[in-house]
Amino acid sequence: MNEPRKGIIPPQVAISRVNASLAARRAGERRFRTYGRIAIGIALAFLVLLFVSIFTKGIPGFFQYYVTLEVVVDREKIDPAGDLSVQSLYDGDARGIIRNALYKATGAEGRSGRKAAGKLISKGAEQRLREAIIKDPSLLGKTVAMKFALDDDADSFLRGYISSAVPEKDRRINDKQIEFINKLQKLQLISYDFSDYLIFGSASRDPEIAGIKGAFVGSMLTLAVCLVLAFPMGVATAVYLEEFAPKNRITEIIEVNINNLAAVPSVVFGILGLAVFIGIFGMPRSIPLIGGVVLALMTLPTIIISSRAAIRAVPPSIRDAALGVGASRLQTVTHHVLPLAMPGMLTGTIIGMAQALGETAPLLMIGMVAFIVDIPGGVTDPGTVLPVQIFMWADFAERMFIHKTSAAIIVLLGFLILMNAIAIFIRNRLERRW
Amino acid sequence: MDNMRAPVEMEMSKLPNLTVGDVYVDTPRMTTRNVNVFYGDKMAIDDVTLDIAEKQVISFIGPSGCGKSTFLRCLNRMNDTIDSCRVEGQIKLDDQNIYDPHIDVVPLRASVGMVFQKPNPFPKSIFDNVAYGPRIHGLASSKDELDGIVEASLRRAGLWEEVADRLDQSGTGLSGGQQQRLCIARAIAVSPEVILMDEPCSALDPIATARIEELIFELREEFTIVIVTHSMQQAARVSNRTAYFHLGRLIEVGETSTIFTNPQHELTNSYITGRFG
Repeated sequence: MNEPRKGIIPPQVAISRVNASLAARRAGERRFRTYGRIAIGIALAFLVLLFVSIFTKGIPGFFQYYVTLEVVVDREKIDPAGDLSVQSLYDGDARGIIRNALYKATGAEGRSGRKAAGKLISKGAEQRLREAIIKDPSLLGKTVAMKFALDDDADSFLRGYISSAVPEKDRRINDKQIEFINKLQKLQLISYDFSDYLIFGSASRDPEIAGIKGAFVGSMLTLAVCLVLAFPMGVATAVYLEEFAPKNRITEIIEVNINNLAAVPSVVFGILGLAVFIGIFGMPRSIPLIGGVVLALMTLPTIIISSRAAIRAVPPSIRDAALGVGASRLQTVTHHVLPLAMPGMLTGTIIGMAQALGETAPLLMIGMVAFIVDIPGGVTDPGTVLPVQIFMWADFAERMFIHKTSAAIIVLLGFLILMNAIAIFIRNRLERRW
Repeated sequence: MDNMRAPVEMEMSKLPNLTVGDVYVDTPRMTTRNVNVFYGDKMAIDDVTLDIAEKQVISFIGPSGCGKSTFLRCLNRMNDTIDSCRVEGQIKLDDQNIYDPHIDVVPLRASVGMVFQKPNPFPKSIFDNVAYGPRIHGLASSKDELDGIVEASLRRAGLWEEVADRLDQSGTGLSGGQQQRLCIARAIAVSPEVILMDEPCSALDPIATARIEELIFELREEFTIVIVTHSMQQAARVSNRTAYFHLGRLIEVGETSTIFTNPQHELTNSYITGRFG
């Protein structure tokens, strides 16, 4: 038997001690896995909750109630000037034509009856009639069946949000109107259909005709400005910092500041935009151009940081190879480093763009929260963006806006998913080339 | 090993900085005079004077960290990419000082090509790999001429037979040895005068290594070649002259046969007999 020496543990003792510690280690590992599963479970549960909530509220937002009326399109009444000009159509009595059709269908009589019936139909109906006539002038003089949106109160009643058990003076829809609705339903004139107003309508205080088209176009214009500014600037900055800038104090300070900028609250960029572009340069408020510039400032750090990471991931041996055959530094970058780093840069850019698409706060600061009915035709027309539209709708009292808000959220999410899918597609295509 | 190294290093500081052997040759292609290289404050190369003879192979040998790769990378200014690197002294290619501030590194690197330790083909087709240099320098005036350059370069690198039918496939799909020969083809496609090779076989198996060595042997008919190697057998097989570096100094230089059979300096002797390194 050897004399046990200090600092040397016999193998049998060592293995028994290892075995003794095993149970604790295994328990630790099991515990850690359980924590992980619980955490993922909670996250998933909330995600499911979020989606269920958005979809149960949002899907009905894509539909609304319409009423089909036999409209007698009287040439004299709708087009008094007889030249089918917009002015003439607006001078004409489109409302009267629709109302007459409505009175006939409901059998409304007397002042109060006609007043009640008139409120059942949306204010957007007249515009729809005018548009139909501009599109197809042969309708003039005929009797045609046309579908008009119901007013949001009637819509809410049909959805069951307004109970007829509530005393008449406490509800937004009176007994007469309920009677008319029941009659129209019996005649099978009321239908529950896809809401074209949601997609093709513009901002409105009337929920039944409010839509996201204006906000969607505004979002696209803003994102286009943002991308055009942020992508080239971000990539150029990243390339310069990684490949050309001397490694000295100034570069270091710039790097630290760029990293810090990524963490600056977005509303600060909004204040910057307000102070500089609107305050100093005197540019108009609410325009996608300024929105895009502000969002570009906000996404620049994200793009720069991810682009630098992508450039750094290009193996130095590729640079050596290019320099070794006599490529200049710029050629090395444009021929080899950039193409190899491009998938990573695009990923960063798409993440930045997705961030910009969902951004609300800085745009509130520059006035993109204004109520604008016209669809912006360019980057200098006042407009709003999807998240701000959602924000505004969430603020409105009408019941129908709850559905519209969730429906707009679904559109926004769908668009984000589409953007990511495109990014992944582009990235895979580029990667395959190399 | 360690107790062997300590006295040698102590000895170094006392050594007069003199290179043993003949640093000068009759027909030099490149000449270096009193070259010092610093990384920041650290001296990596200490007063190296050496001629590189035309159409010969010279190998740089020495233990790790002796500065042989650093010195090699000075010869086509690849060290420029390292910010902290500073070069003093004179390095001339055909009477032109390559560290002259007016010199453009692009033509310099076109005439002093380089092959690296790890095969580094571009992630492009085999054809594009070889054609890259001629394209950026505008060497070929037509597609036919470019095809000719690519074929000739691949033939000279001994790779043509193996890749002739798949020039459009990626260069990174070749085996390690083939990749390195592709890199050699890429280097010779721009018709350099000098080719620098930085341990070109260290990542290759013995068969691929033998193939590259044969190739170096053939190429020295046309090119001046400087090769850094850790394998003394390789140095002995391929080179006309051999230079032994130790701790940033050029200890001994001479005909390869002399260096390996009858080294004059004690350090060289220790290294080639395997006492350290």
